[in-house]
Amino acid sequence: MTPDAHFQSHYIPNTEQEQAEMLATLGLKSLDELFLDISDQYRNPFLDLPAPRSEQEIHRELSSLASRNRPLNSGPSFLGAGSYHHFVPSVVKAIMTRGEFLTAYTPYQPEVSQGTLQVIYEFQTLIGNLYGMEVANAGMYDGATSLAEAVLMACRVTHRQQIVVSERVAPAYQQVIRTYAQAQGIEIRTVGDWEPEVNANTACLVVQYPNFFGEIEDLSRHRQATRQQGALLVVSADPMAMGLFNPPGHYDADIVTGEGQSLGIPTSYGGPYLGLFTTKGQYIRQMPSRLVGKTVDTQGRTGYVLTLQTREQHIRRERATSNICTNEALYALAATIYLAATGKQGLRQVAELCYHKAHYAAARIKQLAGYWLPFAGTFFQEFVVQCPADPATINRRLLEQNILGGLDISQPPYRSPLPPGVDRGMLLCVTEMNTREDIDALVSALGEFSQ
Amino acid sequence: MNKGGNRDTTRLLMERSVPGRVGAVIPPLDLPAQPMPDPALLRSQLDLPEVSEPEVVQYFTNLSQLNFSIDTHFYPLGSCTMKYNPKVNDEMAFLPGFANIHPLQPAATSQGALELLHRLQGFLTEVTGMAGISMATLAGAHGELAGVLMIRAYHQGRGDTRRTRMAIPDSAHGTNPASAAMAGFDVVTLPSDQNGNVNLEALHQLAGPDLAGAMITLPSTLGLFDANIVEVCRVVHEAGGLVYGDGANLNALLGRVKLGQLGFDVAHLNLHKTFSTPHGGGGPGAGPVCCGESLIPYLAAPVVSQSGDGGYLLVTPEHSIGKIGGFHGNFGVLVRAYTYIRTLGAAGLKAISGNAVLNANYIMAALKDIYHLPYDRRCMHEVVFSADWQKDRGVSGLEVAKRLLDYGFHAPTMYFPLIVPEALMIEPTESETRETLDAFIQTLREIDREVTEDPDLVRHAPHTTPVSRLDEARAARQPDLRWRRPV
Amino acid sequence: MSPADRKYTREHEWIKVEDAATNRALVGITEYAQDQLGDVVYFDLPQAGVSVRAMQKMGEVESVKAVSDLYSPVSGQVIEVNSGLIDHPEMVNEDPFEKGWIMRVTMSDATEMDRLMSPEDYEAYIAGL
Repeated sequence: MTPDAHFQSHYIPNTEQEQAEMLATLGLKSLDELFLDISDQYRNPFLDLPAPRSEQEIHRELSSLASRNRPLNSGPSFLGAGSYHHFVPSVVKAIMTRGEFLTAYTPYQPEVSQGTLQVIYEFQTLIGNLYGMEVANAGMYDGATSLAEAVLMACRVTHRQQIVVSERVAPAYQQVIRTYAQAQGIEIRTVGDWEPEVNANTACLVVQYPNFFGEIEDLSRHRQATRQQGALLVVSADPMAMGLFNPPGHYDADIVTGEGQSLGIPTSYGGPYLGLFTTKGQYIRQMPSRLVGKTVDTQGRTGYVLTLQTREQHIRRERATSNICTNEALYALAATIYLAATGKQGLRQVAELCYHKAHYAAARIKQLAGYWLPFAGTFFQEFVVQCPADPATINRRLLEQNILGGLDISQPPYRSPLPPGVDRGMLLCVTEMNTREDIDALVSALGEFSQ
Repeated sequence: MNKGGNRDTTRLLMERSVPGRVGAVIPPLDLPAQPMPDPALLRSQLDLPEVSEPEVVQYFTNLSQLNFSIDTHFYPLGSCTMKYNPKVNDEMAFLPGFANIHPLQPAATSQGALELLHRLQGFLTEVTGMAGISMATLAGAHGELAGVLMIRAYHQGRGDTRRTRMAIPDSAHGTNPASAAMAGFDVVTLPSDQNGNVNLEALHQLAGPDLAGAMITLPSTLGLFDANIVEVCRVVHEAGGLVYGDGANLNALLGRVKLGQLGFDVAHLNLHKTFSTPHGGGGPGAGPVCCGESLIPYLAAPVVSQSGDGGYLLVTPEHSIGKIGGFHGNFGVLVRAYTYIRTLGAAGLKAISGNAVLNANYIMAALKDIYHLPYDRRCMHEVVFSADWQKDRGVSGLEVAKRLLDYGFHAPTMYFPLIVPEALMIEPTESETRETLDAFIQTLREIDREVTEDPDLVRHAPHTTPVSRLDEARAARQPDLRWRRPV
Repeated sequence: MSPADRKYTREHEWIKVEDAATNRALVGITEYAQDQLGDVVYFDLPQAGVSVRAMQKMGEVESVKAVSDLYSPVSGQVIEVNSGLIDHPEMVNEDPFEKGWIMRVTMSDATEMDRLMSPEDYEAYIAGL
């Protein structure tokens, strides 16, 4: 076995000399001697990895990889379906990348973490306001796992083991609910017409708002039906839509979750994102994840701490409300900065832009021969279009013109909730990032397939 | 220290809000306005702040300065691996070709991203000596959940439904039993022996037809390498169970041993610990799950594969436990880990473990005369002291930890693992200088002197931080979780 | 030390007979228990009318850093719980044997108390922990 050749990394200060001196204080001569608890048979395996690189070479390699991807702002883009192209103000990144926020740990020592803790308290306040709910937690991994944990919570609260899920909840979210719920023996009924399914054994009804196909459903009906049966109403709601529409709290929803990516977080190929989780005050002890509370120090000064920690894994272990430990604190900060900068007026304006642009696009596409919109109800920024040709073919042609089309929903898992006549569906998303030129170019390109 | 005006941090956003202030200019509508929906569907009230942009920057910047962080303070939190977070990792993650791509865009338009992921899959399986991997899990605990769900699926796939129990050491991190319970298992506790290793006799007792597996952290949460680990894996396998590895402490093992070779069947990694991605005040993380050949079909979806023509695509393993997150994993974190591994190579990873373990042992040797070492043997990347010699003089481990804050050091991990009373777990990492370690050692020696000569100073610490000890009982008895408009 | 007028469980509950004729007894947790828990912040207690069984879990007590199961020392029916603990859980830290009482029960079998520890036995028990 060859001894360790010394490797001086720029991330590791100890020089060979310093190592030797420190080893000497332990009566040792080589680093390998520190690892003799590992028997010879297994110690020092060969690691087949590429040789180390300078930062200059790293830049070249990663830039080359990055250049083989088409970013959303390189041309008109109309893809949504749970990840949205919204504008991120420069203040978000400027603050987020401060070392004091970026390289801090979970605030278990509150005296030296008031920055992080106060930000989370602000986050809890603003997300609660956005959803019209009494209390929000410090965040979850993403919208999908947040919804799955809401289901588990509803079962705990009601002591029931059956849930009803609308088939118009995003398929990815339905799949994640299944992964979480199956292991606990929770029975899932996924249905189009949910009303007859909600009964005295139902822990909760799960719906999405706007739903996966972009429509705004009437939550008051959902509330009435569930209330009668003592079931909880669980709603996964797009936070950007909350800039315009009544939040689920307005309809007395019990648990409201969502994907916070729309609030100052880039699409980043699917992550990291930000799970939002809110509920009524009476259920706080059943909430998963961290909570920050306000209190005072020994001198009566206001301070913030992690609280109600007895819900969590580090105390309750196998009886915890969830196993979650690390969540998405840095992105809760991003969302808080976004909401602070965009503000009360700004969020409404952004939401209105999304609304008007999406409706303009829908109106123009409706006029193209061979295209029609299967859903006539209210929508926010996304809508379904039945196409005259195979959506995959249309999208390929659009890409040739550097236009990223909508999601092809003609195949499983998207196809089944759609009416029978919608066999060539495309889910289009239009946000404030799409200009009139973008939309007109899309319409023109789609028009090529008109019959 | 109160600066006054809006650089003072005590007023919250909603308290600073002045109607009419704007913090962003939104572009005008560039097309004809469309008919609005029924007004009954629209909200009439939106309680968000109205503050200007300078106020936003001043408020958050001043808040940041209330934090300790790795960039500003030595952060010897055991089991958290608070190493330097390289700035180049962030730069690469922010490249528009990585930050501004959509998870559902066609594979042909994201080959660079998919290739990076495919290569990272290869790096991480090589480091762990495993055959397969899914990087869809969004944190360590998320990876644990996936791993135990895979074990469950494996047994059920063989028609074996009796395996309802998961053995977990008494020293384990709380996420282990929490994850096992979420996956529907009954948790049985594995006691540690007097050397801090798994009690083999107790394991033999539990090894039967109802044992689904065991969850083992290596090195353990005591910072110790269990010399019997191969035997532990063998006993579990002989009983028909599988061994799950909690990879939180992998910083000690990089290039020194491969988990797969020791007998682990499935393991998660914490990229935000071992692989330098920033903690961000509590996330995001990433918890990829590696596994041996027999568990590959059960991995969480999606996994990156390469097709015959060399192109990359996302696939769902044959008997996958399913999707466990909304999309494909925390891509931004994965880019950072990839960049880190490319920067260091095999030699660099080995230098990490060598220096991490050296630094921890250096601290152990320098303090064991005045702080009780319950397991007096070579430690790995972290050392667990008990403050019970200080407790005998009336000062607890918590109070020693709080006093460290006054000296500008973040406290070590306290009261964990649960099997050590007054535990103080110190993990320096490899990215700290000897000067810092010496200063830390001197400070702990000074605090021990204070425990004898001025115990009240230690008992009521911290004294110099932005806030002093906070009333946690009040926070839990009268939860105030959000600002409310005064009525 | 541990009051002489009651019996004790290994889980650190105490029980005191208030009226032998009606089998009415008062239940709480000991000084040792509240000291171990630290500042108590919350109780999860059974409702009046609920049946309890000897040494079965009947509720939970939470402090800032821990959660503990509460066990009923005897079988019977809950008459009332100490509602003052909802707003002032700290009463159990301040006065665990009197003001901090937890529940009042009607015992279904008073002989179950014979299985419990005397004050002296309990003192010896906690000394050994």
